[in-house]
Amino acid sequence: MKSLNKFLKDILKGSKPAIARAITIVENDSDYTLLKKLFRSSGKAYYVGITGPPGAGKSTLVNAIAKLLLKKKKRIGIIAVDPTSPFSGGALLGDRVRMTDLALNKNVFIRSMASRGSLGGLAQKTKDVALVLDAAGMDYILIETIGVGQVELDIAQVCDTTAVVGAVPGWSYPIIKTIATTGDGVDQVVVRIEEHRRYLTRSGKLESARKERLFSRINELIEERIRADLHKRLTTQPGLKKIIDDIYNRRRNPFDVAEKILRNSGFVF
Amino acid sequence: MDKKIRVLVAKPGLDGHDRGAKVVAAALRDAGMEVIYTGLHQSPEAIVEAAIQEDVDVIGLSILSGAHMTIFPKVLELLKKKRAQRIIVVGGGIIPADDMKKLEKKGVKKLFGPGTPTTEIIKWLKENVKTGKKRVKVQKKRRRK
Ligand SMILES: Nc1nc2c(ncn2[C@@H]2O[C@H](COP(=O)(O)OP(=O)(O)OP(=O)(O)O)[C@@H](O)[C@H]2O)c(=O)[nH]1
Ligand SMILES: [Mg+2]
Repeated sequence: MKSLNKFLKDILKGSKPAIARAITIVENDSDYTLLKKLFRSSGKAYYVGITGPPGAGKSTLVNAIAKLLLKKKKRIGIIAVDPTSPFSGGALLGDRVRMTDLALNKNVFIRSMASRGSLGGLAQKTKDVALVLDAAGMDYILIETIGVGQVELDIAQVCDTTAVVGAVPGWSYPIIKTIATTGDGVDQVVVRIEEHRRYLTRSGKLESARKERLFSRINELIEERIRADLHKRLTTQPGLKKIIDDIYNRRRNPFDVAEKILRNSGFVF
Repeated sequence: MDKKIRVLVAKPGLDGHDRGAKVVAAALRDAGMEVIYTGLHQSPEAIVEAAIQEDVDVIGLSILSGAHMTIFPKVLELLKKKRAQRIIVVGGGIIPADDMKKLEKKGVKKLFGPGTPTTEIIKWLKENVKTGKKRVKVQKKRRRK
């Protein structure tokens, strides 16, 4: 049986079974032990988001972009997020169908992910999964998510460059015509991604955007913990049913009750 | 969080019908599973590689082309070679009873004949698939040392 150190070493040297297992762990576990260890080795990958409405051709484009990057001797991690059915909690993850060209390439790692609880098109855990791939030495991480309307902004917050696939009225960013099935125009997409990367790097915007993201990450982690703690305090509040009844009958009010719980929590004084 | 059963559904072989596989995939999703559908004409190598990267608990193969006696053993052999035997293999399709017995002896965990109701497949999977939860926990325990 493997020790944690051996496991970490395997991930860092890019062993696929180790990466796969690590992703399962960060996806299912609320424990950050592994991510803490991997963080130090992350930050080298360039994150590209591919978003757009269902069926717009995202996976086909991801496949075509990855094939081009492979020619440049890059290692590529792909995260393909599909929605979890709110009714059953299950998910049908079908993006691999368009990526069969890459299935056996040793420089590509593809992981399908269900959005699970998160509201937007981007799974809450996507960042953690990307961190694993980043630490494992991927040069590019391509993240495919369904994005309609506002949701595409979600992925833009995680990625250095985001491409929106499909017709977007009023879109003021470079529009590149591609036929992803034949590869036409895909080289232009890669050129633009690299131009964008150079621009971000030179102007210092890459660094500041990444720092901002790290700030948000800390904020999220704090909020997540506080929210979970407060939720637990509320649900395990002695006499909760009575309190709710009292509020219902207007003998108490929700504001005072909330304040009391907050004060007792030690988070608010 | 409860670990979801992850299933890879593939349709290896040369014939071009994946309706059955898609129906099963959708039914498994509706039963709360995370189903990775990889599509038609997958080679055993591609199936096993995808199963490893996706860290699935089960591979489900739909085979109608009569190539079951080569494809199932090949998938099992590759899983063994890659030390991924924890992934169980099940299948469906038109498979003569004799062959079914042989394949189950070789290590295919379960074969469903044509027309098996999806409810039966779901029930079997829920009863027989150990999700990775245990493995994940073991990992955690070790980490604390
Ligand atoms: N003609 C043409 N067809 C395309 C192009 N890109 C994708 N397609 C086709 O459009 C269909 C959907 O493509 P996908 O790549 O699966 O689209 P997607 O956005 O990933 O779909 P979901 O993940 O289901 O939301 C497929 O049949 C593709 O072959 C393109 O540039 N030109
Ligand atoms: Mg897709």
